[in-house]
Parts: sequence; structure tokens; C-alpha cells
Amino acid sequence: MSKIHVSTTVNGDTVEYLCDPRETLLDCLRDRLNLTGAKEGCGTGDCGACSVTVDGRLVCSCLMLGAEAEGGQIETVEGMADGEELHPLQKKFIEYAALQCGVCTPGVLVAAKALLEKNPDPTEEETRYWLAGNLCRCTGYDKIIRAVMDTAAEMREAS
Amino acid sequence: MNYHSPASFAEASALAADATGITRFLAGGTDVLVQLRADIVTPDNLIDIKKIGGVRDITRNADGGWTLGVAVTGAEMSEHPELGRDWPGLVEAMDLIGSTQVQGRATLAGNLCNASPAADSVPAMFAAGVTVTVTGLGGDRVVAVEDIPTAPGRTSLGKGELISAVHVPARGQNAGDAYLRFIPRTEMDIAVVGCGVNLRLEGDTITEARVSLGAVAPTVLLVEDCANAIIGTTLDQAALEALASAASAACNPIDDKRGTIAFRTEVAGVLARRAAKIAYARAKGEQA
Amino acid sequence: MALDDRKSDFKFVGTRPDRPDGLDKVTGRAKFGADAHAPGMLHGAILRSPHAHARIVKIDTSKAEALKDVKAVITRADFSDKVPFKPGLEGEFWNVLENVMAGEKALYDGHAVAAVAATSALAARDALKQIEVEYEVLPHVTDVDKAMAPDAPVIREGAADYSVPEGMHPNVVRYHESGHGDVEAGFAEADLVIEDSFVTEATHQGYIEPHACLASLGNDGKGELWCCTQGHWIVQKTCAALLGMETSNLRVTASEIGGGFGGKTTVFIEPVALALSRKANRPVKVVMNRSEVFRATGPTSSASMDVKIGMKKDGTITAAEGIFRLQGGAFPGAPGDMTAMCGFAPYNLTNVRQVGYDVMANRPKQAAYRAPGAPMGAFAVESVIDELCNKLGLDPIDVRLKNAAYEGTKASYGPRYGRIGLVETLEAAKAHPHYAAPLKPGQGRGIACGFWFNHGGETSVSLALSEDGSAQLMVGTPDIGGSRASMALMAAEVLGIPYENIRVTVADTATLGYNDVSHGSRVTYASGLATIKAARNAVEKLCERAAAKWGIPVDAVKWEDGCAVPSGPNAGDFDPMPLADITTNMGSTGGPISGHFEATPEGAGVSFGTHIVDAEVDPETGKTAVTRYTVIQDAGKAIHPAYVEGQYQGGAVQGIGWALNEEYIYGEDGRLQNSIFLDYRIPVASDLPMIDTVIVEVPNPGHPFGVRGVGETGIVPPLAAIANAVSNAAGVRMRQLPMSPPRILAALKDNG
Repeated sequence: MSKIHVSTTVNGDTVEYLCDPRETLLDCLRDRLNLTGAKEGCGTGDCGACSVTVDGRLVCSCLMLGAEAEGGQIETVEGMADGEELHPLQKKFIEYAALQCGVCTPGVLVAAKALLEKNPDPTEEETRYWLAGNLCRCTGYDKIIRAVMDTAAEMREAS
Repeated sequence: MNYHSPASFAEASALAADATGITRFLAGGTDVLVQLRADIVTPDNLIDIKKIGGVRDITRNADGGWTLGVAVTGAEMSEHPELGRDWPGLVEAMDLIGSTQVQGRATLAGNLCNASPAADSVPAMFAAGVTVTVTGLGGDRVVAVEDIPTAPGRTSLGKGELISAVHVPARGQNAGDAYLRFIPRTEMDIAVVGCGVNLRLEGDTITEARVSLGAVAPTVLLVEDCANAIIGTTLDQAALEALASAASAACNPIDDKRGTIAFRTEVAGVLARRAAKIAYARAKGEQA
Repeated sequence: MALDDRKSDFKFVGTRPDRPDGLDKVTGRAKFGADAHAPGMLHGAILRSPHAHARIVKIDTSKAEALKDVKAVITRADFSDKVPFKPGLEGEFWNVLENVMAGEKALYDGHAVAAVAATSALAARDALKQIEVEYEVLPHVTDVDKAMAPDAPVIREGAADYSVPEGMHPNVVRYHESGHGDVEAGFAEADLVIEDSFVTEATHQGYIEPHACLASLGNDGKGELWCCTQGHWIVQKTCAALLGMETSNLRVTASEIGGGFGGKTTVFIEPVALALSRKANRPVKVVMNRSEVFRATGPTSSASMDVKIGMKKDGTITAAEGIFRLQGGAFPGAPGDMTAMCGFAPYNLTNVRQVGYDVMANRPKQAAYRAPGAPMGAFAVESVIDELCNKLGLDPIDVRLKNAAYEGTKASYGPRYGRIGLVETLEAAKAHPHYAAPLKPGQGRGIACGFWFNHGGETSVSLALSEDGSAQLMVGTPDIGGSRASMALMAAEVLGIPYENIRVTVADTATLGYNDVSHGSRVTYASGLATIKAARNAVEKLCERAAAKWGIPVDAVKWEDGCAVPSGPNAGDFDPMPLADITTNMGSTGGPISGHFEATPEGAGVSFGTHIVDAEVDPETGKTAVTRYTVIQDAGKAIHPAYVEGQYQGGAVQGIGWALNEEYIYGEDGRLQNSIFLDYRIPVASDLPMIDTVIVEVPNPGHPFGVRGVGETGIVPPLAAIANAVSNAAGVRMRQLPMSPPRILAALKDNG
């Protein structure tokens, strides 16, 4: 079974990898590109720990083949900070203790960033439904929701 | 497993026709990849149709109807400025599938071809009277969605055949649709019961109706008795009761991890009533 | 609300600084179990039984071994034959080995029977399909009551210990009975006696990170293991025993851990990876998929319970009796004793009797899950109390206050309580605006209390000072919820140096003394106590150096605000000497300065909580929504209040899942039906309201700063509190969990 050559862009960098046709984008990010920020919590698209954006669209990287990423623009948690400057969501998550174990955090952050880019002023309900595909077992979501909504408020003020 | 990304439906069809072993088409992949990962189905050939031109297009036809490319995602349907005004029930049904992340990938055609009786968009498509173009070696044919699923996980598509476009009828005047499903949580569940209602009014009276049920039989059902229970009525209490009874009577569900026979039968009636009220209000031009 | 009468002038403790590992965890840099990589690494995969109970007649691995990509295949024969066969709880190593890799029988759906190591994860998965196992399928049982019935299939003869009365089925392996007074006399005094039966299903801890490890075991007998675990010393000890190695030859490093909640306090894949590595002579990584996590790692016990309580018209409980049967999978260990001991623990009872059973069935071995055993018992007991309050027209908080345990009360399980905070949580609940808020039609309110013992455990901590005056703190308890932050706060408090100047590391097994697991709500208590004492040990040495420099006796020096100072006017007139001034030349004034502490602290201090829940039920579909939730719990002293709140909120939401939707569903064939998150249904963000918290602080005399563990008590009241809210909203008593919509709708129908 021959491997597929894929050329794509991850966090602005052009990358190439060879993958088995059965390997998911998540497998390729983690095992081929050593970007282990995205996690596999379920492998069935139910937990969101592997969330990335592809061409600006939020997806589960476990539900996409590595081969499908050819020519795409992929953004992961590793690309969220601007150099040393953390994204406002990243800062707020630390400040608000919006993470306990931290394994869902990369996926939650990527999803929350996608939300705020689409909707800078989400209601609590909109935030909760947008993040319904990101399971967190530690926090009960309370501090996550507060962190996202307060980041949104700060970003609106700043802009 | 071999991965193919043909440039046309004719090429895709030819690839599938020539393939040996198990062939799957890859649109959003939200079912195919789960089955692959869990070793339920490992296709010998996987044909990705997303490189085919036009598959992401949502087009308004001359007659007011819509043609949707087979790779149009739920998120793209929800974001479309006009589609949801015509067919709010259909768009909402699609939007109910999975998470925001799944919405970024999942498609109507994929949901239909997965042939699950619990697929959320399928009852809404049944109710709306959606048709699909099926491309095969012999060319194209247009098929009503009701004729695609034949059993859990099985479709009427032959070897080398695939869906190449989805057609949603013109909305027309004084009409509305709605889809409701029951799940125990607020998100991320498979429907325990689903119900789609599409109707048209003259004045206050229902003149046309299509009512569908999901997750209560081996395939999604289009229930004529439900439609008959409300056609000619103003959806008064008696009509709603008759609708609920007809919906419950049409159920032929199973007991499984997601719900019981008794529960599904009961709740099918409840959802039929609630969905009909929403569709009716929409047909009247009211917010619902 | 601070009631600390010993030390209330904290400078660092009680503040909310950023956690030390925050940056790593928001940037994707933090390395969890599956994030490790080693040169030449192979990938392991495990073949699992599809049968609930089957004799393994033959395993043929030859086809898998012949594959080019496969470098090792193992079965039970590849583990140590020196682990003594003891089928009861005493033979815990044997039980773990039997669970990690099946011997003569597969005992549950998902039980490991063989494993391979191959050059890629896909190749390993493919190779599993080439292993041929011949099974002789045996009758199985998964239900606790059926497993105790006379005709139930026997899981394993001889597993019962001395405590089990004559005549019980061999699947009953432990028996607990305790209490005091005369319950029959007590029931005779009551104005109303209610006796009811309750059932709860098994639930899974549901941590988002599946088990993962990277093992390397060379020809020299020395091993390295990286894994996500709540306690790497127990992993070291257990793996060494199962592999037949000396404990110290295996170094275990704990990765960042993506949730555990009790479920990562034992081993599953770690010995398998080591055995594969030994056979292949290469590093082997093993990562479970989600389905394996559900099928083969620790869920809770399922339970069947009978509770009887007598009450006077004024709300006084005259007697209480409970029988708690817990099914814990195919091995001994179900915490029936804990359920029995915790159920009535919040109350000051004259007459009480409780019985607990540990029952085996064809399910995965239960593992600890946050206050193991306690939530089920609280569900049964607090439901009956609620029903008594409803029938007698009494306020549920007043009744609990009337009967609440306090300092000096003889606990239902025996000892007398020291200083405890149950009354304070009940008073705070009564005063909370939530309790007075009006309910909408269709809504109901529920109250429940909960108790957990808390734990101390073996603990070692080292603290090393650097020349520049910063400090390195080495603890041995994996950080499962922000504990590095609380350790640094406590060390900063003692040393008097900034929080940011203290780096906390979770040390591996080769660089620190033994540490018990991060469980039993023990980390902030025990590692915290050890941190304080290690810091004080370093401070003593700092004072010695200052005394020597000043030429005064060491007892004339005290430590204040990060400086050595003369202890009084008679000690001499010297300027305060900051820590960094002492450490800067410590090499020439007596050598490096470090502080250590090793002990098994015993004063953990029990913990109580009271929860208030509002729930709404759709009468047409049986669907429940939790509309408001308030957690009130005694923390003793909150070191980092944000992470204390986080524990309360997380525990409450796990309880909501357990109460409403989560359950292990087995088919007639004994196979688990819902082994993915889609069908296991843990709460998602849109299911929930904000979770309000009130931190009550009744200091624990057993900790220098008054800390009580807060990790577990938060999951004890929710099952009962939600059941009470739902029952009050629906107008029908719900006695079975989860209260799924089909169950509620059926109960509503039965109720007419």
C-alpha cells in the first residue's frame, strides 16, 4: 500500500508529509509533523479535543483524512499566539482558571477563537451551543464560558 | 485502502464501477471516517468527491427552487442568507447534526446515503419533497429522496452510482416547514425520535402537507396518515390529536440503548404536534 | 467566612495567581501521555475479548508474528509467573495481572487477551486481526442482584474473604456491617418510617485523555516508563511485580494527565507496553482508543440499595438502616463498605445500621471515581429523607440541620468527629439567595448533603534553594487540577519569597521518595502539608546560616517576610537578612540548602457539602433541564480559591451526568452497547447553567493552614439533590439512575 504525498500549510508554514490513506489529519499533525497540541480524545468527532481550522472552517481533525489536507490552510493551537504574545483567549483562560487538566484546552481554544471571529458578541447560550462539541470533564464549563465571554467583551472594547 | 479524488462525477462513477471490494464515497466523512476508525467498514476504495467542480455551490434555480452541491456543508447551509428563509426546517434539521465541528464537514447527501433511520436531515428532506440527481455509468436520473434509503445502512444506489446534486423544490407561497427531534441532552446526540412537517395553507386551512418520522422504523418514514390528519384543517386541537395518534400509530421502533418502543411511540406524537404548530406558524408568516 | 483562629494573616494563600503550567497548557506545549516519542519507537495494540465470559481454549499468534511490520506478540505467558495466585483482595497484584492480560478465562467484554508491537499504529491494529483466539463461551452475569442470586454463574471460586457470611453466593466477596444503637427500637419511636429501594448504573470517570504510555525495557533489566497516571510510584511497584523486576530498576515519569478522577490510580496498558518492549527490545508506545477506555478501564460500581429511615413529626431521625450492594466487575474491590459508611455519615444518629456487599460480575474491574461508593449511598439516603420531609411537611434544610453531625458526634461508621463544617454548609445554604428564589411552574428544587473521609497517605517532598534565592519544589503527586499552583502558594507563604520565584516539578520515581497516588482528595492536604514542612525545614537551615554569620545562637533568629531577623531586642541589632543574601554564598557557608519532608500524615479531616438544585421536567417527553445549581462545601482553607471552585463545579457536573444520562448499557450478550462518547452522553456545555459555589472555611486542625481536601465531596450530593429536584418537579419519586427521559416518562405514566 503506497503512501500519499501531501503538501499543505500549517500555521502559515508550508509543510509536506507522506501518509497512509487511512491516516487522519490528526494522525498526520501529531505523528508526521510533531504538532501534538491537538489531542485524540475519542476518534469519532464527539469530543472536540482535536479541533483545528481548515481553510477557516472549524473541524475535528480526527474526522478528516490527512490526504484531504492537500493544498489547505490549517490552523492549530500551536499557531494561536502571535510569537510571544498570547491570544487574548489564551491569557484569559489562564487568568480565569478555565482549565484544570488542560487536555481539552487546545481544542476549546481553537473552537472559541473560531466563534469570536464569526461572532464577536456571543450570548451565553450561543457560546454554550458553539462549544457543545468540545467536551470538558474537569471544569463543568462554568469558567470556560466566562473566559470566552469576557475575552469577547475585552476584544470588542479594544477594537 | 486506495484514495481517489476524481475531477468529475463521470470519472467518480467509472472508478466505482470498476472497483472491486468495498467502495465508499467521501463527502464530509463524518460517518465514513468513524466507521473506518472503528474497523466497522474499511473500504478498499475511497472516492473523495470534493475535488469535483461545483460541489460546494448553493444555487437558486429559475423556478425558485434550489440546487445544492453534494459537498455543501451544514455550516454553509446555515450561513446562506436565503436558503433558510425558504426552508427553515430543512436548514435547522441539518444544523442539528453533531457539533459545530461536524457542521463544518457534514453534508445532506452523506446523511442520506449513510441510510440511518435516525439521520436528522432526512425526515426534513422527505417532508420538503427533495430530489437528488443520481449519476451512473448510464448517465443521470432524478430520484425522490424517499427512494434512496432501503434499510439501515443500505440504499437503492447501484454499483457505480452516486448522488451528484440535491434539489430542493421552490418554496412557493403560504407554506412552511419544521423539523424537531428528541435527544436526552441538548446537543451531540443521535435522534431518539425525529419529525419533519411541511405544509401549505389557503387562508387558515392546510391544503398540502407532508409529515415524516425518523428513528421509529428501519428507514425514515413519510406518513400519509399524518398528512391526511391535518389536510383540510386549521390545525385545531382535534387535528393535532389526530396527527399525534397517526404518528404514534405509524411507529414500528425498536428498544435500544437510545430509547424504548413505548417512549419512541409516545414522543413521535408529541413531536408531530409541536413541529406542525411551528410549520403552521411559519406558513402564516409568523415567527416560530 | 474565614474561621481560622490560628493563622488568618496569609500573604499568598487565598490569592488566585496564574498557574505555573498555564502557558504550556494553552499553547499545546504541555506533554500528555500520548505526546511522547522515542527513537526507534514501535506502536502497540491490544486484542480484547468480545465475550463477557469465556474460557480461552487456544491463542494462535503465528500469523501475526509472521508479518514483516510486527516485532513482538505477547500473551499472559510473557508476564511474571512469580505473582502469587490469590483470588481475593489480598492478592491485588494477581488481580491486576489477571485484569491487564487474561489468563484462563476472559472475564468481561473488552478483557485483554493478547498484544502486538509493530512499526506503525495501523500495522499494529491490522496485526491484531491475524491473531486467532478460540473461546468456549460461558454463561455470564452483569447485574448486581442477579450476580448474587443462587443460580448466577460463578466468576471465580475462592475470591471471598473472611467477612462474607456463610451461605452467600461465591460472587459476594466482601461484607461490611457497622452501626450503633438499636434500630428496631428507633423505628418503633418514629411517627413515619419510609423504606425504599434504589438502583444506580455504573458510570465512567470519562477523562478526556485516554490511557497512554511509552515503555522501554532493555536487556540490562532497566526500564523507563512514561505514562499518564495519578500516581507513578504505584505504577512502578505494580509494573515491576508484574514483569518480575526489582522496583528500583524501573523509573516511571508521570506525563501531564488529562483527567483521572480516580480512574488512573492503577495500571492497564503500562505492563503490556513494558512486556512488548522487553520482547521487541525497542521502545513501545501504547495508546488506548475511547472504546477501549470504556470497555476495559474502571467504571464505577453499579448499585442496588434498600434504605429505611424513621422520623418524628418534628424532623428528628429516630433510626436509619441501609443495605448497599455494589457490583465491581470481575474482581474484588467494589466499595460497598465505603457506600455503607458514608450514607448516614452526615447525621447525628442514635440508632443506625448499615450493610455493604462487594459483588463480582462480568464487567470491567471497577476503579475509584471521586469519593468511590459515596454518591450512590447518598442518593438512596437523601432521597428517603426528602420523601420524609415531603410527607411530614418539613423544610429539607431544617430537618438536616436538626440531625446534622457536629464536633463530638459519634459517626455512623464509628469514630467521633473532630471539628467539622456540615452545619456551616447547611446554614450557608439556608441563607443563600438560591434557596429563597421562587420556582417556575414545572420546576422542582432538591437539597442533599454529602460526606467524604479524605485521605492522607505516604508523602515525600523536597525543596531546593538556588543561589539567586529562587526555589525548586519537587512533589510526587501528579497535578490533576492546579496543584502546582497551590503548592507554590504554600511554599511562598513559608519562605516569604514571591510565588513566581518557586518552580514546582512533579518528580519522577528516581528523584524523590515514595508518594501515594493523587487520590482521596489528598494532594493539597498531604503534599501541601509536606511542602510547608519541607519549606520550614529549609527555613531552619537558613536561620542557622544567619545565626552563624551574626554570631548569635540559632534560637535567637526567626524567619519573617522572607528574611532572617533577630528574634527580639536582646538577640542583637542586625538588619533583616533576605533569603537571597543567605543563598548567594551558601556553598561556602555550609553547602547547599534544601528542605525535606517524608511522612504519612493522618489528619486529613473529613469534608461535607450541601447542594441546591433546581430542575425542570417536560411532562410530555420526560426531558430534564437543570436550571440552577449551587454547591456549598467546606474547604477548611482554600489555598487557591479558583481551583477550589473548579473542583466544586466539576464534581457537580459529573454528578449531573450520572444522575441524568450516563450509564453502562449491556446487551443480553453481555457486551457494552455504548462504548463511545456519542452514546455515553456526558454533559456538554449547552446542557448546563453556571454552577454557583460557596466556599465554607472551617479549618482542619490536622493541617498547618487548615486545609481539607476538596476533590471528592463535590460529587457526593448531586445524584440525590438532582433526584430530589426532579422528583419534586415531576411529582413522582425517581428511584433509579440515570433519570433518563424514557424512565421519567414511564414513571409519569405509571403515576397517572
